[in-house]
Amino acid sequence: MKTVEDLRRLREEVRNMTRLREGEAEVRIVVGMGTCGIAAGARETLNTFVSEIAERGLANVVVTQTGCVGLCEREPVVEVNAGDGRTLYGRVTPEKARRILLTHIMGGTVIEEWVTRN
Amino acid sequence: MEELALHILDLAQNSIAAGATEIVITVVEANTANSLRITMADNGRGMDREVLEAVADPFFTTRTTRRVGLGIPLLKAAAEQCEGSLTVESVLGQGTTVEVYFKHDHVDRAPLGDMAATIAAVIAVNPSIEVLYRHEVDGREFTFDSREVRAICEDALQHPKIIEWLKEYIAEHERALGGEQ
Repeated sequence: MKTVEDLRRLREEVRNMTRLREGEAEVRIVVGMGTCGIAAGARETLNTFVSEIAERGLANVVVTQTGCVGLCEREPVVEVNAGDGRTLYGRVTPEKARRILLTHIMGGTVIEEWVTRN
Repeated sequence: MEELALHILDLAQNSIAAGATEIVITVVEANTANSLRITMADNGRGMDREVLEAVADPFFTTRTTRRVGLGIPLLKAAAEQCEGSLTVESVLGQGTTVEVYFKHDHVDRAPLGDMAATIAAVIAVNPSIEVLYRHEVDGREFTFDSREVRAICEDALQHPKIIEWLKEYIAEHERALGGEQ
């Protein structure tokens, strides 16, 4: 079982990483967490972004949430705010979330076929 | 919703929208009484009588992007199809408490689901929310208090590696508790 001591160690590790990476450009990932988003699987989408960011040790990629944006039938909806502007993706499954992180956020190429507009 | 944990996540969004800084989630399973009771209490701004009377109405919402609010009506319907019930109490300026009761062994009841994923999702994106969780199964219990974790992690609480750790920590303890998952 995980213990509080593990958490203290992890906290030190994270503190050292954060110091190294200050000043990099920030990417914001916004996940729609209205009732419509949650029913369509937004919790897994959000948690996939968080765990992929943790696994890849990406600093300055921030995950946040918003409510219903009126695109209920295209949920889970995810907005990526990066250096290339604002991109809205629809029906973002965990697998698509992984691809968006790799191809768009890390690779710099927008995945046009998944882009949706409001 | 496929899991009660998703309804809980949905209700947490109401608390967040109401400016709550603390959400207390209690899940009590009593097999002898054949009951599963979920209580969510927040310290948000609360509702007046008029709003409170309308929350179970699917055509009422406080939101402005669309005119239909489904969160509470969905959960109420889920409870009632299991011979259960949902009640909402609220005091303006103090907070809101939602209590849902289900018949534990009812064939139409959704499973509790992944509470670790729900709590992790709330903490990951809400820097100013504390989550207190208690899951009781026939007298045994697991408790989680984000304030204790914050005391250790301070400003790193929302770091993805810490969130991952928390999610696994809660999942481990939920499995060990042996209640609904």
